[in-house]
Amino acid sequence: MESLLEVNAWSLEELGAKVAEDVPEGWLVNVGIGMPQIAVAPLTARGVILHSENGIIGLGPPPLTSEEDDDLIDAGKGYATILPGGSFIDSVTSFSLIRSGRLDLALMGAYQVSAEGDLANWRLKGKKIAGIGGAADLAFGARRVWIITTLFANDGASKMVPSCQHPLTAPKVVSRIYTEYGIFEPAGNKFSIIELANGVDEEMLLQRGVPLK
Amino acid sequence: MSRVEVFENPIDAVSDIADGSTVLCGGFGGAGYPSNLIQALAARRVRELTVVANNAGHAPLFEYGGVRKVVCSYPLGPTSKAFLEVLEKGDAELELEPQGTLVERIRAGGAGLGGFLTQVGIGSELADGKRTIEVDSKTYLICTPIQGQFALIKAWKADRFGNLIYRHAARNFNPVMATAAKTVIAEVTEIVDGCLDPGSVHTPGVFVDRMVEVKS
Repeated sequence: MESLLEVNAWSLEELGAKVAEDVPEGWLVNVGIGMPQIAVAPLTARGVILHSENGIIGLGPPPLTSEEDDDLIDAGKGYATILPGGSFIDSVTSFSLIRSGRLDLALMGAYQVSAEGDLANWRLKGKKIAGIGGAADLAFGARRVWIITTLFANDGASKMVPSCQHPLTAPKVVSRIYTEYGIFEPAGNKFSIIELANGVDEEMLLQRGVPLK
Repeated sequence: MSRVEVFENPIDAVSDIADGSTVLCGGFGGAGYPSNLIQALAARRVRELTVVANNAGHAPLFEYGGVRKVVCSYPLGPTSKAFLEVLEKGDAELELEPQGTLVERIRAGGAGLGGFLTQVGIGSELADGKRTIEVDSKTYLICTPIQGQFALIKAWKADRFGNLIYRHAARNFNPVMATAAKTVIAEVTEIVDGCLDPGSVHTPGVFVDRMVEVKS
C-alpha cells in the first residue's frame, strides 16, 4: 500500500489480521467485495463462519485454479469454496438471514463514512449509474457494520468526514473503521482513535483533514 | 401426474414470449443463468421486454434493442456493457432495487401477497418514490410485488415431473422466480430417468411449465 503519510502504514496482510483478531470465533460474518477480502483468509483460519449473499453459508478461501467451478462463486462473482458444515441457500433465505439480524457483522468497503456512522459506498456523487447489490440490505440488517478501507481517497481526501457528500447506503450504521493508518470509531461529530499504526500520530492525521476528537 | 411439457430445443420453449412481456431471469452473474433460453429469445428478436434479474448481463437481448426496461440490483460489471450502452442512449430504463428488496418483491409476487414492508433504503435515495408507513413506531417503505408473464430459470437436475434441483450457488434467484411467473421455463442440464428424491427437490414440478435439456 502506498503511504500518503511519512510513515510505514500497516500492510494489507497486517490489516486483515488486525480485523480478524477482533472477530470472535463463531460469529457469522459477511465479507464485502474489494478491500474487505483481505480478511477472508484470517477469518476462516479462526473458525469464523462466512456468509456470501448470493447463497453460501460457510464460504472458504478461493480455490486452486484446477478446482474452479462456475456454479461456486461468491458475491463478487469470483471463484469460491465452501467449508465442511456449510450450506447453499437461495436468495430469499440469504436476505432473510441478513435483514433479520442474524449476521453478527458485515465488513464493507467505503467511499465515505461520517462521524455519525453514515455509510456511503455504492454511488459516487455525480455518477449516473451505479449498482447497489446487497450493500443496503447488509448495512441495514447486520448487527454491526465495520469498514475496511484506505483512509484517503485517490484525490487524497479523508474518507472519514463530518458528513458524507456521496449518496448514503444507510444512515448511522458504521461502528468501526479499519484503515492502514489506524482503527477508528465514529463518535458523534468527530472520530475517536482506537489504535494507530507505528509512527502515526494524531497531529499527522489532523493535518491531512481527518476529523478526530 | 406430470404436467410439464418437455421441449427439444430452447427456441421452441420460448416461442410464445410476445413483445412487451415481463420476463424474470434467474442467475447471479453466470451461476444459474439460463443462457440458452436468453439466446433463443434474442434469436426470435422479441422486443419491448421488461427484464427482472439480479444483473443486467443479457447482452444478446440488448444488442438488437430488445429490452425496454431492466429491474435489477447490480447493472455493472463486464457483462453489463451492452446494457449500459443502451441506457446511455436513453433507449432503455433502469429500476434499481437493493438485492434483498428485489428478491422479496418477487417472493411477494409468487406468494399471493400485495407487497411487504422494509426499512432497507430509508434515509437514502433508494427510498425515493416509495411510500412509507409506521408500524410499532418504526418507519417502513412499502414495496409492491413483482410478477412475470414468464420466468426463465436454470436448474441442474430435473425429473419428468418437472421437479428441479439446483447445483451449488447456482440456486440464487431461480427458486423464487419459479413461483412468480405465469409460465415457468426451465433450462436443465440433465433430465434423469425415474424420479428425483422427493426430499431433495428444491423446486416442485407443479411450479414448472416447460423444460428443455441443454447438456453442458
